[in-house]
Amino acid sequence: MLAPNSQQTSRVDHLLIAEMVARGSRVLDVGCGDGALLQLLADTKDVDGRGIEVSRERVNACVARGLSVVQGDADRDLSDYPDDAFDYAVLSLTIQATRQPRAVLEQLLRIGRHAIVSFPNFGHWQVRGRLLVTGRMPVTENLPDAWYVSPNAHLCTIKDFADLCKVVDARVERAVAFNAWGQQLGTWLPLTVHNMMGEKAVFMLTRKGPP
Amino acid sequence: MNTANPPDLTATVDTRLLEATTPSSDYLDVSASRALRLDSQRQLAPYRIAYKTYGVLNGAKSNAILVTHALTGDQYVASPHPITGKPGWWETMVGPGKPIDTDRFFVICPNVLGGCMGSTGPASINPATDKPWGLDFPVITVGDMVEAQVPLIDHFGIDQLFCVIGGSMGGMQVLAWAARHPERVATAVPVATAARHSSQNIAFHEVGRQAVMADPNWTQGRYLELGHEPRNGLAVARMAAHITYLSEEALQRKFGRSLQDLAAKSFSFNADFQVESYLRHQGSTFVDRFDANSYLYITRAIDYFDLAAEHGDVLANAFKGTTTRFCVVSFTSDWLYPTRESREIVHALNAVAANVSFVEVESDKGHDAFLLEEPELFATIRGFLNAAATKRGLNGGRG
Repeated sequence: MLAPNSQQTSRVDHLLIAEMVARGSRVLDVGCGDGALLQLLADTKDVDGRGIEVSRERVNACVARGLSVVQGDADRDLSDYPDDAFDYAVLSLTIQATRQPRAVLEQLLRIGRHAIVSFPNFGHWQVRGRLLVTGRMPVTENLPDAWYVSPNAHLCTIKDFADLCKVVDARVERAVAFNAWGQQLGTWLPLTVHNMMGEKAVFMLTRKGPP
Repeated sequence: MNTANPPDLTATVDTRLLEATTPSSDYLDVSASRALRLDSQRQLAPYRIAYKTYGVLNGAKSNAILVTHALTGDQYVASPHPITGKPGWWETMVGPGKPIDTDRFFVICPNVLGGCMGSTGPASINPATDKPWGLDFPVITVGDMVEAQVPLIDHFGIDQLFCVIGGSMGGMQVLAWAARHPERVATAVPVATAARHSSQNIAFHEVGRQAVMADPNWTQGRYLELGHEPRNGLAVARMAAHITYLSEEALQRKFGRSLQDLAAKSFSFNADFQVESYLRHQGSTFVDRFDANSYLYITRAIDYFDLAAEHGDVLANAFKGTTTRFCVVSFTSDWLYPTRESREIVHALNAVAANVSFVEVESDKGHDAFLLEEPELFATIRGFLNAAATKRGLNGGRG
């Protein structure tokens, strides 16, 4: 799975994630791409960071720049890790491209004391508008691929994701939505507004019960 | 077999026997007080480890890299081979300004126990008989090779190696070092290797050993005393093994079905095809520099390698609690130690939440790719070592 849109839009959610994690903590970045988040976390928060990335070229580039990254797949390889192996397990703009988002989220909650998940919001007004007006799968700046080449097999809205959190018994510690200009939406706004105005969202979760 | 003796054969053999007993490289004689307790439960003492070093050990003794060699390698990792005169076997990787930068790191490369370039092995003199050990030499393991290197690291006063790196059997030594002496290994780079030798690989080794032992000159391993050598058998063993180091694609690209200096087929069993000529050359040059009994012992050691078996059949247990940083490297066309075997190592390391990087390098050159010009490999090793060196507080230059 890839995060094809990470280049142009990841900065704000990366910065937010960097703000969320504690200094010196252990972080696993699942679908770490070119390693930009890991580098940011290493530079600003002195984290012990690891990455998993499916693309061989990107893995090799990450390792060549000194990051600890393995070639692997979120759907297949998370089960290797022991419980609570990391302080944070991060899935950055990747969950929509996994084959089993629920299983992946459960794994994240198991191996990380916190799970941080960011995803493009399919409930954003532009997406809804495109679908309504054109009657076709929306292609936007944030979701640039036609449906038949898109790696995004499981797109969801912010409300959908909040529902999944309930299904997997996760506590939402923090949820932030960004508008199209990369600004955080006020937390006082109702969920419906977030779901309409948020272009992407970042959730920080913990599991409620034992793993 | 066409391995006609070159005119200077005696000289070559003499040089080789001399190197086996009195190496031109440095060596450490380990006294009987540090007898090696082998995995076979036999004791070995005294014994010798021949080695080469490159670069300068810093004051804190924190910049040492141990390079472990493969089946037919030796300590001459970055300097000319004393018998063949050929460049070191990893000169692309080790040297000033190379990924393993000898301007920055102190590189130690020992000849393995059981080898024939000066470390104690079957071609060495058995002090009990004053004759070459031959088959009286104890069967050794990869773990024994590692334990035999420990006194060498002690000799330099090094508490913790900055890195242990090696390919193929060298990678097995890396894994054994990390499993047996985790506190002495800061980073580990196993390249093109596996945590256990597969059934198919044991099968290939057995073909090689049978070729050696079927040569009438082998004489139950006593050929050195008797003054003749199983050259043909060892050459055949090398030819068969060499195929496993390449890939079908590389062979096709290099040789195809081209004929060697011929316009048409000769309708004989001469080396018509270039690939035959190439393999015969590989076989005959190999026997000039390698001892047949060493070949038997080292292939056996590799066959016996199974790190999981030593840890209750759970590979992860070998690395429990490790603080070593790992960088595992495989090659797409390596069918001797395919990527899935490297992935097993990575899975085991993940299971203990070890710090691991894993890179699969795209190459059509087969297992041998680890010894060849592979920019992606160099970039990986350079990047990994640089980052780890910075974390360790090793500056550029000889700080």
